[in-house]
Amino acid sequence: MATIQKEIKAAEKSTREQMNVVVIGHVDHGKSTVVGRLLADTGSLPEGKLEEVKANCKRNAKPFEYAFLLDALKDEQAQGITIDSARCFFKSVKREYIIIDAPGHIEFLKNMISGAARAEAAMLVIDAKEGVQENSRRHGYLLSMLGIRQVAVCVNKMDLVDYDKEIFDAIVTEFTEFLSRIHLEPKCFVPASARQGDNIVSSSPLTSWYDGPSVLEVFDGFSKEASSVDKPFRFPVQDIYKFTSADDDRRIIAGRVETGSIKVGDEVKFLPSEKRSKIASVEGFNLAQQNEAYCGQSTGFTLEKQIYIQPGELMCKVSDKQPKLSNQLKVNIFWLGRHPMITSKRYKMKLAGTHVPVWLRKVNTVLDASDLSTDNNRQQMERHDVAECILETLKPVAFDLNQEITNTGRFVIIDNYEIAGGGIILDSVAEKTDRITEHVQQREKNWQRSALTPGIRAGRYGQRSAMVVITGSSDKGIVQLAKSLEGHLFNCGRFVYFLGLSNSTIGIDSDILDSGQRDEQLRRLGEISHMFTDAGVILIVTISDLDDYELEMLQSLNKPNESVVVNVGENRFNKNEPDLQVDSIEDRDAAVQEIKKLLQSKNYLIEYFV
Amino acid sequence: MDHLEALEAQSVYILREAYREFKQLVMLWSIGKDSTVLLWLARKAFFGHVPIPLLHIDTSYKVPAMIEYRDKLALEWHLNMIYGQNVEALKNKQTFPDGNVTRLQCCASLKSEALKHTLNGDWTRWGLNHNTGTYVPRTDNEPYTGVIVGVRADEEGSRSKERYFSPRDEHNDWDVGDQPPELWNQFKTDFAPGTHLRIHPLLDWTELNIWEYIERENIPIIDLYFDKGTGKRYRSLGCYPCTLPVDSTATNVSEIIEELVSGKFANIAERSGREQDKEDGHGLETLRRDGYM
Ligand SMILES: Nc1nc2c(ncn2[C@@H]2O[C@H](COP(=O)(O)OP(=O)(O)OP(=O)(O)O)[C@@H](O)[C@H]2O)c(=O)[nH]1
Ligand SMILES: [Mg+2]
Repeated sequence: MATIQKEIKAAEKSTREQMNVVVIGHVDHGKSTVVGRLLADTGSLPEGKLEEVKANCKRNAKPFEYAFLLDALKDEQAQGITIDSARCFFKSVKREYIIIDAPGHIEFLKNMISGAARAEAAMLVIDAKEGVQENSRRHGYLLSMLGIRQVAVCVNKMDLVDYDKEIFDAIVTEFTEFLSRIHLEPKCFVPASARQGDNIVSSSPLTSWYDGPSVLEVFDGFSKEASSVDKPFRFPVQDIYKFTSADDDRRIIAGRVETGSIKVGDEVKFLPSEKRSKIASVEGFNLAQQNEAYCGQSTGFTLEKQIYIQPGELMCKVSDKQPKLSNQLKVNIFWLGRHPMITSKRYKMKLAGTHVPVWLRKVNTVLDASDLSTDNNRQQMERHDVAECILETLKPVAFDLNQEITNTGRFVIIDNYEIAGGGIILDSVAEKTDRITEHVQQREKNWQRSALTPGIRAGRYGQRSAMVVITGSSDKGIVQLAKSLEGHLFNCGRFVYFLGLSNSTIGIDSDILDSGQRDEQLRRLGEISHMFTDAGVILIVTISDLDDYELEMLQSLNKPNESVVVNVGENRFNKNEPDLQVDSIEDRDAAVQEIKKLLQSKNYLIEYFV
Repeated sequence: MDHLEALEAQSVYILREAYREFKQLVMLWSIGKDSTVLLWLARKAFFGHVPIPLLHIDTSYKVPAMIEYRDKLALEWHLNMIYGQNVEALKNKQTFPDGNVTRLQCCASLKSEALKHTLNGDWTRWGLNHNTGTYVPRTDNEPYTGVIVGVRADEEGSRSKERYFSPRDEHNDWDVGDQPPELWNQFKTDFAPGTHLRIHPLLDWTELNIWEYIERENIPIIDLYFDKGTGKRYRSLGCYPCTLPVDSTATNVSEIIEELVSGKFANIAERSGREQDKEDGHGLETLRRDGYM
């Protein structure tokens, strides 16, 4: 073992390859012991560590376990169980590893997933005496969802079955068959005894019938996945920086290149806003000037044409294959939440750089990952279920299919502050009616219409009702404009009312004040507008930074009544044209007159009535 | 992309994620090599700027050279520098060097307590005035809800189980048995009022990676790490009564790397010079559950 360490030292340092491997399997099958043995038998432990752990065991009158080298928490040692995944640093002659020792107990499945999601390959440990168990299968199934395509199996505790080849072969047959059902092909099966040290770093004479690799050799046999530099360029916008107070005028689009590459001059497109620009520069600190950026790099760009975009958008190259854009997704989800995932609840989805409200629309099939049995009649997802289902987001999101581009084809679901599930995207669903349209249809069907038709009201008030939406970047400016407009129309004898989003926030939205649920505030504002406009009022609403999708939702909710859109300053819409563009409101009276003229031209303000 | 570049990219990603999600964000700077690398990574993440305040907990038992170095870099790099201290305990001599408490108690009071109260804003925060170069009490006392810390998973057992984004409740407690899932670079950035998060951008780095990066980027590191002719140097920096220098003649970064790769420290744990870890088998886990970094 001393030789291994010497050879490593001779090899180069930071340029060496690095790989993350997770060790998984059913509770107590010996995962931590395998890793502990591997560290001890390759001389990878810091000097004195083994002795220290042994002395600790003696002091507490406990038998020594190799697992204690990994199970460092008090509770773990007291209970002899791994609670949370440990990162452990390990080098072989070939490369450096972070080995992730995952827990096997079902209670800690979320910790196993946290560990495994960081890995590029997996070693699944099965107890020779107990054989294939529920979580051997569940962990195996989850691998493909987590994006791990390389797996090898260690049949451990061979000492307990007298190194019997037949028992080993039976496990090989049974588990190979299981893995083939989920389209995984194991690299190999190693018969081992972690406690005795058989076939961990060298081959054991006790398994003379086996001539395959040891556990260490299996690790070194895993291969690094090919770089994703040839895939389409994907750059989730993490943030947009402008450090003006530090005398820096650059407006930098920051993020990490997930796949592909890009260079100065390339034309780019942002999704879902669909805005376009060109790369002006690649930015960095303490770096020579760069003209290109590649997958894996956390970097930043400036653009030639300044456009208004928001963190969370996906930047792509115009010349590349484009990602999909949809608000309905067919996905495979695993659920870890304490409460089931249900259809009537608003969740949050984090996908690449974006966070969006999301709803479970339909559960297609629930799968029990421990035996692959399925159920097509479930309405909701329970803890530890895996299910194929349909999700609907509030706004369209940009994504790729998981099998095409992994990093932009998967997401997590947040339920009440907690990450409660994760999933991969199988497909986008062809346009179906969305939640809001469906809701408005339902509402219109059941709404008790008054005998006073809009025409009768228009006759009485001398106006046709409308929702006048004023948006822009400055909340203060548009509110002042709205109030002036309200005052002016009122003085002209109109039936008018001003309602700002901030007012409804204080009032009707006080229950969701600090939860950042802008979409829900807008939904409520839309419903209120619908009632005001039904009553014949010209309702003026102000909302800063409204985007295309938010506007469309407001307009849908206000239907069948009409709406008028006024944009102040920089235009942030891409799909929608505002009915009126006001560049500056320095002269507020002039702006009020412009809006009034618009309302007259669209026949909302009826000048004379016969 | 080599391994150091990959580590850098991940840490930068984490720092930006923290900056985007937390309004009340602070970064701990112990002056040591790890948190100095972290500070450098912040300059990488924010293109030369450090838009996050830096907090140093001054136990008053730090080597004076550390304070000098701190203030020099803070002025040069335009850092929003803050320090906090357990003034009461120092006044009443409730410290290990005064002989009145054990090492672990001393750590708990001069570091954990001071940190806790400086973070939640009920003890004074001293801020560096860049015009005068002196520290003055700050007027802000809003609790910090995101705290960036330079711990590494290879340092010690309980750290190997950390998340990049790790929640603490209102008492600063760390529920190691029930940490949130963290997958595919989607971190826990939503948190209930009253709780806060520790953010750990350096979890995947080893001590060797840190030094290799310092060498590659040419980061100005405090010279207590180098032998200046006495045959002794610090391998890890803490309070001088509890951190022993090690025997070593490494006088610069590349000699330190040599020592770690094939020399005398190739197989010796970094914290072996820290006396407080030795008091019980789980000294550090106990301290950390209670808010220690
Ligand atoms: N006889 C025998 N016992 C073993 C072997 N490997 C592990 N064990 C024992 O099996 C028990 C469980 O081992 P661990 O390594 O803690 O199992 P684990 O898979 O890490 O368990 P969790 O992490 O809690 O799921 C311990 O008592 C080990 O000593 C082996 O090869 N032979
Ligand atoms: Mg274990």
